Amino acid sequence: MRNYENVIYAYIIMLLLIICVGLFQSWSIALTILNYCLISAVMTIGANIQWGYAGLINFGIMGYTALGGLAVVLVSVDPVKKAWQVGGLNILGSIWIIVAIVFITRFILKRFEKSLIRNYSIAFLIIAGVILIRVTATPGIEAIESVDPAVSGFLGGMGLPVLMSWIIGALLAGALAFIVGKIALGLRADYLAIATLLIAEIIVSIIKHEEWLARGVKNVIGLKRPAPYEVELQKTQWFRDFIEKIYSNKLELINTIAQKKIVLNQLIIDASSIFVKLCFTSLFLSVVIILLIVTQKALYSPWGRKMRAIRDNEEAASAMGKNIVKEHLFIFILGSAIVGLAGAMMVTNDGLFTPGSYRPMRYTFVIWVMVIVGGTGNNFGAILGGFVVWFLWVEAAPISLFLIDLFTAHLPETNMIRSHLVESAPYFRFLLIGIGLLLIMRYRPQGIIPEKIIKQ
Amino acid sequence: MDFLNAIILLFNFTVIPALAYGSQLALGAIFVTLIYAVLRFANFATGDMMSFGTMFAVILTYYFQSLGIGLGVLPTALLTIPFAILMMILYMLIIDKFVFSYYRVKKSPPVQFAMVSVGVMFVTQAIIRIIIGPSDRRFLDGEKFIIKATEFKEMTGLAEGITLKSTQAITITVTLIVVSIMFWFLNRTKTGTSMRAYSDNEDLALLSGIDPKRVVLITWVIAGILATIGGVLYGLDKSYRPFVYFNNMLPIFAAAIVGGIGNPYGAFFGGYVIAFAEILLTYSYKKFVAYLLPSSLEPNSLMQLLSTDYKFVVSFSILVIVLLIRPSGIFKGKTI
Amino acid sequence: MAYFEGAKMTAGYGDGPDIISSCSITANRGEIVAILGPNGAGKSTAMKAMLGLLKLKSGTVTLNGEDISKINPQDRVKKGISFVPQTRNVFAELTVRENLEIGGFLTEGSLENKIESIYSLFPILSEKKSQVVGQLSGGQRQQVALGRALMSDPSVLMLDEPTAGVSPIVMDELFEHIIKVKKTNVAVIMVEQNAKQALSISDRGYVLVTGQNKFEGSGNDLLEDPEVRRSFLGA
Repeated sequence: MRNYENVIYAYIIMLLLIICVGLFQSWSIALTILNYCLISAVMTIGANIQWGYAGLINFGIMGYTALGGLAVVLVSVDPVKKAWQVGGLNILGSIWIIVAIVFITRFILKRFEKSLIRNYSIAFLIIAGVILIRVTATPGIEAIESVDPAVSGFLGGMGLPVLMSWIIGALLAGALAFIVGKIALGLRADYLAIATLLIAEIIVSIIKHEEWLARGVKNVIGLKRPAPYEVELQKTQWFRDFIEKIYSNKLELINTIAQKKIVLNQLIIDASSIFVKLCFTSLFLSVVIILLIVTQKALYSPWGRKMRAIRDNEEAASAMGKNIVKEHLFIFILGSAIVGLAGAMMVTNDGLFTPGSYRPMRYTFVIWVMVIVGGTGNNFGAILGGFVVWFLWVEAAPISLFLIDLFTAHLPETNMIRSHLVESAPYFRFLLIGIGLLLIMRYRPQGIIPEKIIKQ
Repeated sequence: MDFLNAIILLFNFTVIPALAYGSQLALGAIFVTLIYAVLRFANFATGDMMSFGTMFAVILTYYFQSLGIGLGVLPTALLTIPFAILMMILYMLIIDKFVFSYYRVKKSPPVQFAMVSVGVMFVTQAIIRIIIGPSDRRFLDGEKFIIKATEFKEMTGLAEGITLKSTQAITITVTLIVVSIMFWFLNRTKTGTSMRAYSDNEDLALLSGIDPKRVVLITWVIAGILATIGGVLYGLDKSYRPFVYFNNMLPIFAAAIVGGIGNPYGAFFGGYVIAFAEILLTYSYKKFVAYLLPSSLEPNSLMQLLSTDYKFVVSFSILVIVLLIRPSGIFKGKTI
Repeated sequence: MAYFEGAKMTAGYGDGPDIISSCSITANRGEIVAILGPNGAGKSTAMKAMLGLLKLKSGTVTLNGEDISKINPQDRVKKGISFVPQTRNVFAELTVRENLEIGGFLTEGSLENKIESIYSLFPILSEKKSQVVGQLSGGQRQQVALGRALMSDPSVLMLDEPTAGVSPIVMDELFEHIIKVKKTNVAVIMVEQNAKQALSISDRGYVLVTGQNKFEGSGNDLLEDPEVRRSFLGA
């Protein structure tokens, strides 16, 4: 059991840190951080499956996260009937054209020998297809986007419960990973990194600019929730009674009834926000725990051993007759699907979908730092990495502000350097994360919780 | 006449911008490819390193302007480039000493190098934002145009004009000079040959008495020159904004791989391939076609293959296609 | 005292077991010495130890009486020891001439005379001087490799299986070239698989078994020694 002690200590410290935030800042902030930590943990589990189990570098995490987020819109938002009427056919037509192009291309690739003519005809086919799609889709897109542009102007979704979208998000991300994997998995590690980075950029760029799909940079707000809304909760009788009961001691100290009512209302408003966040926390926590159990089981199954064998020595494993390409593709899909799930969870948590906010820094590289810092190849480490790095990412600005104040305390408020540094406080998070990553890679390349400790 | 107008139109709106943009990409791509060939890793801090060098050029330009030092019709920034290069090289060497050299000695796999360069990327971004902030800055001064469209129209009597911005002319000229000197250095000097030898076969280079430390040093020096000049030229032509520079890493990578990573000629060529593809595929040919066709056939759509929103998508798609058809790039680079 | 001498060398890779133990090899200028033996006998290891590519646990390496056991391979190269590895022994992306120039990297001043003398030793290289080495045939590449190694004016030339993977005709040609090299007063040490042919051009030979000297003697003696013939020459 000694081996697990480190893990337990690490998690307890992490929890204490979050509790500190609750005590010193506010419980609402602490829960927000905790929820994001849990979402990050799901992402790191996904990335860790690819990197830690199979040694695949996927710098396209942003793309899968965005796709998962898109799924929330496509699944949970009610369909915009008018938009479907004016432009639905055009869009469906274009989708059929795309499908047709793909199949014809595949047919040509299968049927004919490799030749220059074949390449040119495929190029011609694709260009002709793009023109055809533009001709078919443009009138439809224009019509759709002009339906109530201020609030809608898109096709909407299927109007299903939002939790469905978590599954759909995972499926969509997995499907994308299948295509990307087919294209890019044969490449050497660093090329794979670049290729996936660029493909993710393509995905986000499409989501950003195709407004008929999910309003693009105009954002979709007011998404459905798997948890009650604060305003409704505040009106619910049992909740009011519950809060009154909890704070009964405190309320008794107040004399006037009117005063009491005001205080109680304030308490209920605060508590409702915390209650909603707790609902999300429990949902996210169950996802993390389920994933953790499944991935731990998988890691120690014969399949997990096989994957690690492949990771540690590809040549030997392939000599032993393991089908590396197939295994890599499978793991690439699996990891990406989990990242897609996390993307859906995040958008559900935020209640809004903002394609413009998907940037590789935040959604790819920070996640990678989490995986590396936590400990590659082991899930406890990856989850802890998600917690630690997210915590730093959020708290870096307040911490650095504090430090700046401390070190420049002797300077007057108006001092140029001081005010400049105070203004730059938000950017210290990059510095902190970067230096943290470099130090970990140098002095503890196995991460905070190395693979070995867990292995035995 | 209409035919001539059509050509001028295309030249003005596609060829000139593509040549300028392509030059900026080419410098960045050679930087990437050089690091890849000699130091053997994909440098994810590429965009931010270019940004770092440019930052000094911007700050010094402001400083020189405040002192009243300038180059007349030419932008002051050109004067600051040597200083910016020095700062850039200094930064690169510090980073190399404290970060990369450790992994080089250990002969770490390229993947680890790539991850380390991500750490450098974070740190560099932080330093840049702390020093100069994230906002958009213009630092171009001097004469803005060499040829103005109206002057050209008056001169030639054509309906279409050619605009040649001084930044475009400077970009293309400076790029050609820098790249020529670099190729001359790589191919015709002893040190350049030793760098190529080191890149080709490290062990044998060591056995031939080539000093690896010197090769690494010179590589960073050249990289610093390329990164700074490429960054400053881009900033002069468009504007300087740290986030944009980070994003520029992506088409630069595309250019380097399309040309064949590890091959400087390929990277140079790849820069223009990407630039021309981006601009030609997102240009609206409506006016061009209108000149060529009788007025009865004039198109009413924009005649645009892809909307300009998809500029980046074009270059990335080209990369994906190249990776599919010819993974070693157009010019054969290092084997993938 | 021989010109180049590895005496009682014991070495292995990293913390692994000793590959060679108490192995001794000597060579004088103007002679060809062949190192032979079955697979895994430590032939290449012995050569690499003499070059300094791996650390000696015990024993010494001396060049012209000077102990060079402690200095690194680059400095040994500067002292006149040249090495042609078995694989990747040319700069495939560089031209023939550039390969030679890199070979003479440490030489101060003009390389022209040196390059000309390499061309006269290997005339084919003169014809192909502007070609990229990666495009040459296997035999021509080996000549480039030899040429590169000779550019530094070595007094000792070490060859790791110079004829591996080339056709018998090319092999004969290469051996002729090696004899020419020897005649320029260079000590040539080579590890060879093609034992019979190697011995036929060698002045002396060593047969290593499990990292130790098993037989040694002149090329002819070894060729005629019944035991050597039986165990290693397959006749």
